[in-house]
Amino acid sequence: MSSISEKISLRRARFDFALRMGDNGLILSHRLSQWLGRAHAIEEDIALANIALDLLGQARLWLSLAGRIEGRGRGEDALAFFRGESDFRHFALAEQPNGDFARTIMRQFLFDARQLALLEKLGESADKEFAALAAKGAKETSYHIRHSAAWMRRLGCGTAESNRRLKEAAEELLRFCGGMFCEERGEELLARRGVIPSADILRAQWQSTVEQVFAESDLPPPDAKAIDSRPSFCGHTEHLGYILAEMQSLPRLHPQAKW
Amino acid sequence: MKKKQKQKRGGGEQLFEVFVRPRAGLGHRHVGSVCAADAEMALLHARDCFTRRMEGASIWVVPSSSVTVSAPGDKESFFEPAADKTYRHSGFYRVPGDVKHL
Repeated sequence: MSSISEKISLRRARFDFALRMGDNGLILSHRLSQWLGRAHAIEEDIALANIALDLLGQARLWLSLAGRIEGRGRGEDALAFFRGESDFRHFALAEQPNGDFARTIMRQFLFDARQLALLEKLGESADKEFAALAAKGAKETSYHIRHSAAWMRRLGCGTAESNRRLKEAAEELLRFCGGMFCEERGEELLARRGVIPSADILRAQWQSTVEQVFAESDLPPPDAKAIDSRPSFCGHTEHLGYILAEMQSLPRLHPQAKW
Repeated sequence: MKKKQKQKRGGGEQLFEVFVRPRAGLGHRHVGSVCAADAEMALLHARDCFTRRMEGASIWVVPSSSVTVSAPGDKESFFEPAADKTYRHSGFYRVPGDVKHL
């Protein structure tokens, strides 16, 4: 491959990856922030809000980086608030509705398990900017998974009711997990260059974390068939439009506003 | 003296007292309380509620039911006898002029 075209596709791949990291944080953060004032106890309300703010902080850094890589003057706000549904690159898992508390915890845990595996590997990336953001995120994410896994075990081993709800959450959400491991455009190139870990490595590590915590939570092991039922499903569900309508309406009404 | 009443919220949650050490070398100080189903969750809640602004280097959580407290009625016998014992304060004693380091 000629060096110029490879340089261009490498830049495009870095942009896509940074955008994906930012969008995952942004959308999941928005979902978690919808719990504010609704959790079963004020302590848990604060815990979920803390996690939402951590993810938003990570999203801001990744989106700003994406804007710099793109080099067309788009900052974090332009990328967050002035893109349409089809340009968002997060996992379908991240946008799934909160449901009950068990559903929210399951979504968080399934995400955290992949995110922690990714950030730990990404900390050793050949790309210094990626490595720096990953190192900051890994500390926060290792707390997030401690929180989500602690609740997994308590809900799973709590009452018949809490176990049933957690099981239902697993059935509902596992089918969106395949989307976390399909390599998007350019990711294969980044993996080859040692910039990001390959999807296979992440999948294996995710699988072992999930199997362990499922076992500790009195849940049947995750069904690989359910996870891969939509292997090519990396797109979005009907929920994203509603999220963006709520999240973007204010900056779009007042595009010059500063806050 | 009596055992502090065990306080519960819905779902079998229990009250825990939270102690935070601001940094190495200082002692843990009582900062408040949290409700949780068990000690591990109480520790996570305490981290989330009381160390958001870098206040802590270490956290203890203790079930409130394990704290034995003095009763309001104990006030006279516990604390008032100390009121007229000024010799318990270091300022009561005159330091001899020859003592350089005290």
